[in-house]
Amino acid sequence: MANTYTLIEAKTLSTPAASVTFTSIPATYTDLLLWTSIRASSGGGISAGLRFNGSTTNYSERLLYGGGSGTAASANATTTSIQWANLGNDTNTSNTFSNCQLYIPNYAGSTFKSVSTESVTENNATNADIYLDAGLWSDTAAITSLTLTASTPDFATNSTFYLYGIKNS
Amino acid sequence: MAAGRTYEPLATNTLVSAQSSVTFSSISGSYTDLIAIINSGSTASGQDIRCRFNSDSGSNYSFTYVTGNGSAASSGRATSQTFMPLDYNGYLSGSIATTTIINCMNYSNSTTYKTILGRFNTAAFGTDAAVGLWRSTSAITSIEFLTSASTFLAGSTFTLYGIAAA
Repeated sequence: MANTYTLIEAKTLSTPAASVTFTSIPATYTDLLLWTSIRASSGGGISAGLRFNGSTTNYSERLLYGGGSGTAASANATTTSIQWANLGNDTNTSNTFSNCQLYIPNYAGSTFKSVSTESVTENNATNADIYLDAGLWSDTAAITSLTLTASTPDFATNSTFYLYGIKNS
Repeated sequence: MAAGRTYEPLATNTLVSAQSSVTFSSISGSYTDLIAIINSGSTASGQDIRCRFNSDSGSNYSFTYVTGNGSAASSGRATSQTFMPLDYNGYLSGSIATTTIINCMNYSNSTTYKTILGRFNTAAFGTDAAVGLWRSTSAITSIEFLTSASTFLAGSTFTLYGIAAA
C-alpha cells in the first residue's frame, strides 16, 4: 500500500544556523508539509523567511498577526522571500520553542506556488505570538529545494524541521 | 499489529476545464475526520469559495472568522447561510493562487452538528482562519465546492483525505 504522508527529511540543529535547506525534493508527491520547532539563538526574535529553488524574486504575502494583547494586525509585503513569522524570541522562558506549519500544495506543478502557514509561541509570559500567512511565489518552476532563513539571530540549537510529502493517490 | 493508513486520499479532481462546482459524493463513513485541500482560482477574480454538505441548501450554515487583508485585521461572522462560506479576504483570484485547507471533525456521526476549521489564503487579497458550523446531525456523505459566481479555473485541484483515529 502506498504511503500518502511520508517523511522526506528531518533536520535537528546541533549548532545554531542562519538557514536550513532541503534539497533534491522529489516530485513524486502532490503537496509538501513542513513542521518546525524553532527558537532564536540570541538577540530577540527570528524574522523567518522561506525561499524556493534559491530564488530571491517574485514573492508576495498577506500576514495576520496577534501578539497576546491589543488589536491584531495585518501586513503585506513583496520581498526577497516569504516572511512568514517573527518569533522564537531568545528572551522567552527557557526551553520554549515556537511551532510552525507550512503547507505548499502542488509544489511540483506548473502553476504559481501558494503557501499557507501557521506559527505560534506560547510563553506563559510576554512574547506570545500567532502568525497566519498567505504566501505566493509567482513562478511556474517545480519546487526542488526549499530554504528557511533566519535574518539575525540564527535558529537555535535543537530547532527541528520535518518535511513531509502528501500524495493524493 | 501493523498500523493502518490514517491519512487516506479519498478522491481528487484536477479540473481539465473551467467548472462551476466540484462534488465529492459517496464519502465513506469509515474515517474519523476529513481534510480537504484546494488549490484554485476563478475565471473572474474576486469570487468567494463555498461548500455545501449533502446538497443541503437550507439556511443551516454559519461561519466565524479572523482575517487580515494586508493593512488591517478584523473578525466577523455570518449566520443562517444557505452555504458554508470558505473565505473572507482569502477569496479567489484570476490565477490558481489560493490555498484552502479544511478540517472537518467527526463528519460521520449522526448525533452532533458538524464543524469545520479552515484556513483560506490568497497572497493578493488576504488570509483567514475560520470555524464553520452545519446545523445538521446527518453524517456527511457528500461535499460540493462552488464559487459565488463565475467558475473555478481549469487546473484547479481538489483533494479529500480521510483521517482514521485507529
